[in-house]
Amino acid sequence: MKIDIQCTVFDESSTYRLRDLCRLCSVRAQFVQDLIDEGILSPKGKHPGDWRFGAVEIKRLQISIRLQQDLRINLPGTALALDLLEEIEELRQKKLQLEKIYALEK
Amino acid sequence: MEFKDYYTTLDIKKDATQDEVKRAYRKLARKYHPDVNKAADAEQRFKEVGEAYEVLQDTEKRAAYDKFGSNWQSGQDFKPPPDWDNGFEFQGGGYTEADSSQFSDFFESLFGRQSEFSHQDPSQGRQAPFYGKGQDLHAKISISLEDSYNGSKQTLTLQRPTVDASGHVRTTPHSLHVTIPKGVIEGQRIRLEGQGAAGSHDGANGDLYLEVTITEHAHFSVDKRDIHLTLPISPWEAALGATVPVPTLGGTVELKIPAGSQTGKKMRLKGRGIASRTMSGDQFVTIAITVPTPENDEQRELYRKMKETMLFNPRTTLGMSS
Repeated sequence: MKIDIQCTVFDESSTYRLRDLCRLCSVRAQFVQDLIDEGILSPKGKHPGDWRFGAVEIKRLQISIRLQQDLRINLPGTALALDLLEEIEELRQKKLQLEKIYALEK
Repeated sequence: MEFKDYYTTLDIKKDATQDEVKRAYRKLARKYHPDVNKAADAEQRFKEVGEAYEVLQDTEKRAAYDKFGSNWQSGQDFKPPPDWDNGFEFQGGGYTEADSSQFSDFFESLFGRQSEFSHQDPSQGRQAPFYGKGQDLHAKISISLEDSYNGSKQTLTLQRPTVDASGHVRTTPHSLHVTIPKGVIEGQRIRLEGQGAAGSHDGANGDLYLEVTITEHAHFSVDKRDIHLTLPISPWEAALGATVPVPTLGGTVELKIPAGSQTGKKMRLKGRGIASRTMSGDQFVTIAITVPTPENDEQRELYRKMKETMLFNPRTTLGMSS
């Protein structure tokens, strides 16, 4: 069976409200609040009604759910793991760039 | 169906204690978790480890598995004897929170399927069981840098759990044609609504999330929307200045190199990065001066002449007088 599907891209320009986030990820608002208190999510806006979440926060939220369920990591541990994963990703990109320059010089 | 050696999967001995089983599982689960491990086969390994643990963590299931398991080799063609589970009671009990719809046919033929909504921990924050929305699925998709720049059509085949008429969960291969718009970058995700696992009790289907990876390019490297290129130039182009052709994803452009440029000098080609409808990026060109090797006496003479005329000491910053 072949179907042609249009898709939604979560890019840097898209923002989501609390209720969009809860619906997209099937979580309760309290869970989102817990992640905000832990510094895992940092929405723009002061009050829950004004909160705007970016695409990267959907990703962080979903990874948080999986890490907690699959590896029984608690919230502070999840926050640490997410930060370290991001740092590894940045370093990996830098390494690739440097390898390209080095390959040229050789 | 192939026999699976769960002890090999967890890298433990057949006489491992339950504590050793648990420790081996936890260590491997951390190692192969697809959010942590970027290797292509990490997700598959993670599932295999979860399946092995599902069986070995439960003393009843482990005893039943051990009863006939000793005669089989991993990968051997396998069919369970009809009365193999006589005397064991594990149907419907003793399951972990692992997602059993991801387990192999081998597992299913021995232990059946876990009832779909059991063991959901409400503190985990997932609401799905209450209204029966199908599970969201996650997959990775690799596209080339050119596809990211231009947009592309991709066909992907996914193993998707579906519920058949008798209520059993099976994984079936499923082909999708997806139009990926231009301007999708590394690490970004694409949501395909309703393409996840089927819902139950008239619940909606889950969604499918694709995480984009950009395959490595021969010349360009990419940082979010910006493209980086190391551009080799000759010493005289660097010294005297020149206009040189530079490849970009949108075709060749001319770049003016100012006189007196050095290796490492970075120049920006504005708007030549990866653009989506609302965002744009630049291309950064880093100069690398490439010194030609003299190949005959005339060329060697040219270098000697430079040495005498230029009186150049590149090591003054190191305090070296020559």
